[in-house]
Amino acid sequence: MSSLISARMRGPWTLFKKELLRFWRVSFQTVAAPVMTALLYLLIFSHVLDKHVQVYDGVGYTAFLIPGLIMMSVLQNAFANSSSSLIQSKVMGSIIFVMLTPLSYLEFFLAFLAASIIRGLVVGLCIYLVAIIFIDLPIAHPGFILAFAFLGSALLGAFGIIAGIWADKFDQMAAFQNFIIMPLSFLSGVFYSIHSLPPVWQTVSHFNPFFYMIDGFRYGFFGQGDISPAVSLLVVGVSFLLLSWLALRMLKSGYKLRG
Amino acid sequence: MTMTPAIKIEQVTKDFGALKALKGIDLSIEQGEFFALLGPNGAGKSTLINLLAGLLRPSSGKLAVMGYDVVSQYAQARQLLGVVPQELVFDPFFNVREMLRFQAGYFGRGPENDAWVDEVIESLGLTDKAHVNMRRLSGGMKRRALIAQALAHKPPVIVLDEPTAGVDVELRQTMWAFIQRLNREGHTIILTTHYLEEAEVLCSRVAMMKSGQIVALDTTANLLKQIPGKQLRVTMAPGSVLPAGIAALVRHRDGDVYTFTLNDVAQVADVLAELRQSQLTFTDMQLLEADLEDVFVDMVGRA
Repeated sequence: MSSLISARMRGPWTLFKKELLRFWRVSFQTVAAPVMTALLYLLIFSHVLDKHVQVYDGVGYTAFLIPGLIMMSVLQNAFANSSSSLIQSKVMGSIIFVMLTPLSYLEFFLAFLAASIIRGLVVGLCIYLVAIIFIDLPIAHPGFILAFAFLGSALLGAFGIIAGIWADKFDQMAAFQNFIIMPLSFLSGVFYSIHSLPPVWQTVSHFNPFFYMIDGFRYGFFGQGDISPAVSLLVVGVSFLLLSWLALRMLKSGYKLRG
Repeated sequence: MTMTPAIKIEQVTKDFGALKALKGIDLSIEQGEFFALLGPNGAGKSTLINLLAGLLRPSSGKLAVMGYDVVSQYAQARQLLGVVPQELVFDPFFNVREMLRFQAGYFGRGPENDAWVDEVIESLGLTDKAHVNMRRLSGGMKRRALIAQALAHKPPVIVLDEPTAGVDVELRQTMWAFIQRLNREGHTIILTTHYLEEAEVLCSRVAMMKSGQIVALDTTANLLKQIPGKQLRVTMAPGSVLPAGIAALVRHRDGDVYTFTLNDVAQVADVLAELRQSQLTFTDMQLLEADLEDVFVDMVGRA
């Protein structure tokens, strides 16, 4: 494969390949563990609530839950990939091996982003493949499923790059994960439709970009959602562009990477 | 036609807040030189290397590698530079060969470079560790791998920042034999080290730094000539007070060990006569040529 890559592209391609291998070498932790966690959520919530809750007409609660859990895992893992790789290599000092190379800031960004997207999609696909063994899950609009999975993991991959550059220690990264990523993903409608919330919380939910990613992704399966998928796609796309712009600015200026 | 210098540094300053780490460095290193950058801790050697490598950005001035500006033409400049960092850093996910191939790949080198990677592995005595994970290597082996990483893309200019700090004799010999071979083949080598005897043996030219400035820059031979004559090192009995007649000849004192600078060997008899006359006893005596360490102490102490 690498012999087909031009010398110009070989630098970013190598960094992308290294980032892929990095998470694949510890795939129990980076793929199997999040799949297991999502399936446990599915088992517990579906067992407790399936007979009592119906969110959309003709859609059981367990089926409703699966796209949300898949997307939540896609987003969390895309974020974890770029952020943990960057913070680890910063703390251990091995980031210097990349900083000494002729790779441009854009190539650096694209390599980390692409690896994050792949990890997010691999985790999501694994959860989907295991879930459909037990539950019949329709696919209404495959294009929306792919678009939201791809854009969502790209958005969180870019966010992970920002967090990885900004954080100086693991403690700060844990704060990012526990106080920003976790609340935003749990309060995004993974386990419920926002129409079941009081009006004030419905309004608050509209300020959470995770809500649009989850809802748009779910729309791809059931053809039903809390909001138009086109609006969701627009919000997610604009958020991705904004975060990418910020990450690229940080990389170009050498913020916390080049003194 | 004049050859482009391997390294050209013009009026470079670097400030960290109020601290002026570099105060206007000018330095040109020709292609093919084996050059030493010496100085006490905090002199600014690593700052200068980090500026060359693009890990830091200068507050003012210009730095170029083989004619390419390290800021505006960073891609070309970094392509021509290999840097061995001082800290023992490594990526714990991969083995030695994988790391070297990745490193070469970042510089656009593909499978055609694998023969060179294998040669580096063999020349640095890493062959039987090539498939061992980096985190399982001993400190010395990690240092070898670090050197190998800097050489993986076969750069014409190689910077070694304290490459032998804390490593055994065997590694030093293996490493220097390989680096000397690369120098003979035309690679420019820039070395910072605290082992001044290494710099004296290996380097044709030396810059000595102190407090962010270059205080001496010359060929090693010329620097050694700055301390003429012989050095007489005498270990006196504890509490001895030297007579005024020979106290003026003392160049350096370390406890009861006195180093005298003599114009010629005949002066040894005068020193011994004065000691005898003052009824002072000594436990050891050595007659030495001046070495780079003497020059270093002299230059850095004086500046």
